[in-house]
Amino acid sequence: MPEELYEIDQSIPVNTVEQYLRMERMPHIWCPGCGIGTTVNCFAHALETSELDLQKVAIVSGIGCTGRVAGYINLDSFHTTHGRAIPFATGLKLANPELKVVVYSGDGDLTAIGGNHFIHAARRNLDMTVILINNFIYGMTGGQVAPTTPLTATATTTPYGNFEQPFNLPYLAESCGAVYVARWTSYHVRHVAKAIKEALGKKGFSFVEILAPCPTLYSRRNKLGDGLDQMIYYKENSEIKNNVDTKTVSLDFQGKIVVGKFVDVERPTYLDAMNEYYQKKFGEKYIPYKG
Amino acid sequence: MKADPKGVLTGAHFIDGDHACSEGALSAGCRFVAGYPITPSTEVVERIAERFPFVGGIFIQMEDEIASSIAIQGAVWGGKKAMTVTSGPGFSLMMEHIGYAAMTETPCVFVDVQRAGPSTGLPTQPAQGDMMQARWGSHGDYGIIAITPNSPQECFDLTIKAFNLSEQYRVPVMFMMDECVGHMTERVIIPPADQIEIYPRRFYQGPKEEYLPFGVNGDMVPWMVKAGDGYHVHVTGLTHDERGYPSMTVNTQGKLVRRLVDKIRLNADKIADYEEDQVEGAEVVVVTYGITSRTSIPAIEQARKEGVKVGHLRMKIVWPFPEKRIRKLAEKVEAFVVPEINFGQIVLEVERTVQGKACVESVPHGGGTVHNPGDIFKVIKKCAKG
Repeated sequence: MPEELYEIDQSIPVNTVEQYLRMERMPHIWCPGCGIGTTVNCFAHALETSELDLQKVAIVSGIGCTGRVAGYINLDSFHTTHGRAIPFATGLKLANPELKVVVYSGDGDLTAIGGNHFIHAARRNLDMTVILINNFIYGMTGGQVAPTTPLTATATTTPYGNFEQPFNLPYLAESCGAVYVARWTSYHVRHVAKAIKEALGKKGFSFVEILAPCPTLYSRRNKLGDGLDQMIYYKENSEIKNNVDTKTVSLDFQGKIVVGKFVDVERPTYLDAMNEYYQKKFGEKYIPYKG
Repeated sequence: MKADPKGVLTGAHFIDGDHACSEGALSAGCRFVAGYPITPSTEVVERIAERFPFVGGIFIQMEDEIASSIAIQGAVWGGKKAMTVTSGPGFSLMMEHIGYAAMTETPCVFVDVQRAGPSTGLPTQPAQGDMMQARWGSHGDYGIIAITPNSPQECFDLTIKAFNLSEQYRVPVMFMMDECVGHMTERVIIPPADQIEIYPRRFYQGPKEEYLPFGVNGDMVPWMVKAGDGYHVHVTGLTHDERGYPSMTVNTQGKLVRRLVDKIRLNADKIADYEEDQVEGAEVVVVTYGITSRTSIPAIEQARKEGVKVGHLRMKIVWPFPEKRIRKLAEKVEAFVVPEINFGQIVLEVERTVQGKACVESVPHGGGTVHNPGDIFKVIKKCAKG
C-alpha cells in the first residue's frame, strides 16, 4: 500500500480537549475511576463552545485533589492556599474586571475551610463561576470526613460512620445570593458541559456542584465498588428536576440524587452595584471603575 | 518613574500616622486594598475607602484577615499594586499568605499597626511585639523586608518605599508601625508627584515561548506577567520549577528556596536603611526602631550631658537586619543598648551579630505605653560604667 495513504491530516484535531490542557504536565495525579478528570473534560468542552477569549479567562483552585485542576488547565492559572481560592479570585476579578474568573475546587476546600469566603462571595454577587467537585470526602489527605459526607458514611475520622448533618450546597448557595445554581454528577457529561457553559455566560456568582466518585477512599471505605459502580449509581438514582426548591435537594447516603438547574436569576454584581451607587451619589465626579 | 499625580495629595497636612500611611499608599500607586477592621489600624483603611472611589481604586472590606491577605495577591496578579492593613491578631491570621506571597513572589504590602499582645492583648495601646513574627511568622524559609517608621511623615515616605521595595525584590513587605506612630498627629509634607520616585513592576514583554515565569538570569528576581496578558502563567504555592510547575524534588526545593532567601540576604546592604547620630567614637550605642527611637532621645541627651559618649543607631528597616554595620560598630563600642516595647526580640539579633565583642543590654517593656526615658537612661549609665 502506498505510504501516503497513512499520512495524517494535520488539520483535523486529534483531541479538541488537549489545547485547553497543559499536556506537558500529563499524566495527572488523579486515581483511576476518579471523576475529577471527567469534569475537566466537560470544562474544556464548555470553554470550546463558550466562545470566550481564552486570553481573558483565569482559573483559580485551592488545595486538594480538585485543587490540582488549575495546574492542568492551559489558562492563566492559580493554585492558591487551602480554602482561599475565592478570596484570591475576588482580588483578581476586581483588579481586572475584563477577566472571566473561574474557581475550580473541592467540597472540603470550598465549604469547610473556605466556607466563610463562599457565602460572602455569593452574598456580594462577585462575578465568578464556582465549580465545586463534591466527592463527599477529603481525598488528598486520605479520606477524612467532610462537611458534605452523607450521614452514616464512613471516613477515616468517622470510623463508626458520620453523625454530622452535611451541607445541602445548592440551598446554601441560593440562600447566600448565587444567581445561577446547578447540580449534576460526573455521569451527566453533556449536562455538566452545558451547565458550565451557562454558568460562564452568567454575570454574577454562578455555582455548579458536580458529584464525582472517589473510588480510592470514599467508595472503597464504604464498600460501594469502583468508579464504574458509582457511575451506575449516579445513572440509576439521579432525578432531573429543574427549578425545584433547593431546600428539597439534600443528599442521603446512596439515596436519590436530585440534579438539574435550580436557580437562574439576575442581580447586580458587586462592581455594577458599586458603580451604580457611586454614580447616583456623586454624579459626574465619579468615574465608573473599569479596572 | 514618577508617581501618578491622581493619587498624590501634594501639600502640608496635619494628619496621623495611619492616614499618612494611606496617603503613602495612594502616592505609591496602590489601587487595591483589602482589609478587615482592627484597632489601631482601622483609620488606614477608612481613609482609603474615602479616597479610592475618586482615584480609580478598589477598597473591599473582606470577611476576615485571611481573605484580605490573599485577595490582595489576586489583585496583584490582576495587575494592581495592593496592600492589606491590620494589627496583631489579624497579622497572626495573615501568616499563611505572607508565606504564599514569598513563595509565589507576589509583590505586596502588609501593614501591621502593632498593639500589645499576645492574643487580643491591649487593643488600643502600643507595643513592638510582632517584630520576630514579621520575619519568621509563616512556616518554612523565605526572605522579607520589614520597615519601621517613627513619625507620620515617615509613615508617608516609607509606605512609598515599602511598595517600591516589594516591586524591586518581588517580596511581601511588612510595614511595622505601632499604635503610637499610627495615632500620633504631626505635620506631613506630601511632595508634588514629579518628586516621588516609583519603582515600576518588572513586567516581562518578550515572546511567550521564551517566558519562564520563575526563571532568573543575573539578578535573583524573575520578571512578572499579569493574568489576561496571554502568557497563560501558572502560579502555585507548591515547590515549583522555573516554568512555575510543581516539582516535588530535593533539587527544586533547594534551588527555589535558596533564591527566595538569598535575594534578600545577599542584598541586605543595599536594602539597609538606618540613621546614625554620634556613633563614631561612642562607647555606648543605643539601637532603636519605631516609636522607641523617640523615647530614647531624652535618655541619650541626658547621658551625654553627664559625659557619656552615646551614639544612636535608628533602623528604618529592621529586616533584613543591618548586620554588617552593627558588627563593625561592635569592634569599637563597649556596649549596645536595645530598648523595645517587647521582652527582647531585636536585641537577640543584635547579640547574634555582635558575637560577644561588646556588651548587649535589653531595655524591655511589656507594652501598653512607651518607655520612660529614665529607664533607658539608667541602662545607658550602667553600660557606660562598664
